[in-house]
Amino acid sequence: MSSAKQLILSSLRRSLRREQPSAEVRALLEQRLAAPQANLVPQRAQLPHAEQLDLMERMLKELSASVVRLPSEAAVPQAVADYLKGENLPPKLRMAPRDDLRALPWQSQPLLEVEEGIAEAEDATSLTGAFAGIAETGTVMMASGPEAPVTLNFLPENHIVVLRASQIIGTYEEAWQRLRAAQGRGVMPRAVNMITGPSRTGDIEQTILLGAHGPRRLHVLLVDDRDAVRTGD
Amino acid sequence: MQSTSRDFKDNARAALANQTLQKAMKHVKTGFIDKRAKARDRLPEFDDLRDASRDIKDHTLANLDFYLERYEEKVIASGGQVHWAPTAEDARKTVLDICRRVDARVVTKGKSMISEEIALNQAMEEAGLDVVETDLGEYIIQLRKEPPSHIIAPAVHLTKEQVEADFRHHHRELPPERPLSEPLQLVAEARQMLRRRFLEADVGITGANFLVAETGTSIIVTNEGNGDLTQTLPRVHIVVASLEKVVPNLEDVSTILRVLARSATGQEFSSYTTFSTGPRRPDDPDGPEEYHVILLDNGRSNMLGGQFQDMLRCIRCGACMNHCPVYHAVGGHAYGWVYPGPMGAVLTPNLIGVDEAGHLPNASTFCGRCEAVCPMRIPLPKMMRHWREREFERHLSPTAVRAGLAVWAFFARRPKLYHVAMGLQARLLGYFGRASGRFDALPFARGWTKHRDFPAPEGRTFQQLWAEKQSGKAPR
Ligand code: SF4
Repeated sequence: MSSAKQLILSSLRRSLRREQPSAEVRALLEQRLAAPQANLVPQRAQLPHAEQLDLMERMLKELSASVVRLPSEAAVPQAVADYLKGENLPPKLRMAPRDDLRALPWQSQPLLEVEEGIAEAEDATSLTGAFAGIAETGTVMMASGPEAPVTLNFLPENHIVVLRASQIIGTYEEAWQRLRAAQGRGVMPRAVNMITGPSRTGDIEQTILLGAHGPRRLHVLLVDDRDAVRTGD
Repeated sequence: MQSTSRDFKDNARAALANQTLQKAMKHVKTGFIDKRAKARDRLPEFDDLRDASRDIKDHTLANLDFYLERYEEKVIASGGQVHWAPTAEDARKTVLDICRRVDARVVTKGKSMISEEIALNQAMEEAGLDVVETDLGEYIIQLRKEPPSHIIAPAVHLTKEQVEADFRHHHRELPPERPLSEPLQLVAEARQMLRRRFLEADVGITGANFLVAETGTSIIVTNEGNGDLTQTLPRVHIVVASLEKVVPNLEDVSTILRVLARSATGQEFSSYTTFSTGPRRPDDPDGPEEYHVILLDNGRSNMLGGQFQDMLRCIRCGACMNHCPVYHAVGGHAYGWVYPGPMGAVLTPNLIGVDEAGHLPNASTFCGRCEAVCPMRIPLPKMMRHWREREFERHLSPTAVRAGLAVWAFFARRPKLYHVAMGLQARLLGYFGRASGRFDALPFARGWTKHRDFPAPEGRTFQQLWAEKQSGKAPR
């Protein structure tokens, strides 16, 4: 053990007026790490799923994000093209390297240039998937990995997210449960990004402005995949 | 940072006479307070979540050695490194060693109060590094070579005209006739100037709002996205965090996050809450190759188990200063060191000593608003009183204060007399102040009312109210 560590730990224990925690206490502490329990969870998002979708949409809009509901994944390329046109943005996209996004009917949009990979400095718009949508605060949760480069969430000025209805849950606690189920207990991807609206700052005279360093626009394509889920897809 | 806390009185006098500062401080008084109140009203469980958050931190502090060791194990298991730093000097040295080893030239930084506490920028600049603050507020004060004046809004003491002048002075490469009077133009210009720096940085340094023992994760909570660019783009990410930031698990941190943004800016949740665990994984397409956490003690382990332990629950939301009449009047720089407002008045003497900062606990009207809004239910006025008592015992107080306290002590030890004296005073004041509910001048306390209104008592003393409350008479 490093002497600096030893120094700090013994100072802590001196202040706590004990050596190691007792075996009894230790067992409780181990339990708290091995099997985390939710504390008080607000009622707000403990709703039937359809209402969670509505809450998610409402919260996102309140945050100055935009939301479009789509009947199926196949509608994504058209919706992306429409959005870029509507915002007067170049028809170019840096897309997360995911099979499901790759499989979409991009050929239906011949004018749209789609490239995969991490974000480059000159990319104006990114398209990513999400890990979860947390209705409580309209938060989109991203889990980094080979299919989810983190730079796509922050470097471009415009960020489009494909969020499936089945990914929408009520609370942060539910998101952790899902993440543990996907990754294993106590294991985290390198980065989990909870994104709640576009980048903003209030640093100049408390005036809230969008697009400080991260994306100026956050656009969520809310895809209804519930039929697919119900049929066990 | 060199402390000028000894000069609090002079600092405060200068601040009160500074018209530009007074203009800038107007925004604090209204903005933050209204927004927090709205956010609180929207969440019925808010006050219960404050209790839950307090309990989580109390539990963690009682077992801090255990949780820190488990946290370290998890960081190492995910490929990161933990450096224990007993003092500010140790922390600075560790950062410089890492920068030297990886041959760093440009270092970007996310906003970090710990970095201010250990005066990291100065040390790095002296070592020849090109250090760039990337939070807009921090960037502005770095250009001005000033310390932050608020823990979450470092440039809150400035007007947009001052920022415009700074940008024109420092961004010489841009066309001089460009329009720059609107906040939006200033934000866009900072974005443009900092973009290049993000991309060329070798090392990115951030603080941490929380550390999670369950997973070995560090968390930053930001709105601009600068912290994320700072920690994602360079080869090396260094986290500087003090040891009381640790919490047991992700559920615990979720509870505290629910009160953090609401108390700070009145947002339901900040734009970016980022959970970082170790360096880039073998199949990750981006992220830093090295991940270091510097765990700073700097006096905190001594606060544990003592009169000031509760202060270690602080999550640096800034609500106490946003609601503090003294902070409103004098701004953050008057406090003379890194942490201003009520939390600074309690913390600063703990960190730099009562000789340096003994005056700060006097920067209070004991109105109690700080404790009433603190999401972690930290008894700030009580702890300021502890400092005053200590200062009094050490006879550091000016004679007049000692005499005043001696009078108070005389009455306080004689409850009957105290009641009579206070009751008389409260009734008189209540009578004269009835029209507006405020006094704008009190003949025997000019120093007080020159810069603030004195609230007129409602005609009853605290003791009377308390007695009524105890007997169930008074409404809540
Ligand atoms: S003392 Fe309380 S209100 Fe002040 S910054 Fe800390 S947590 Fe926030």
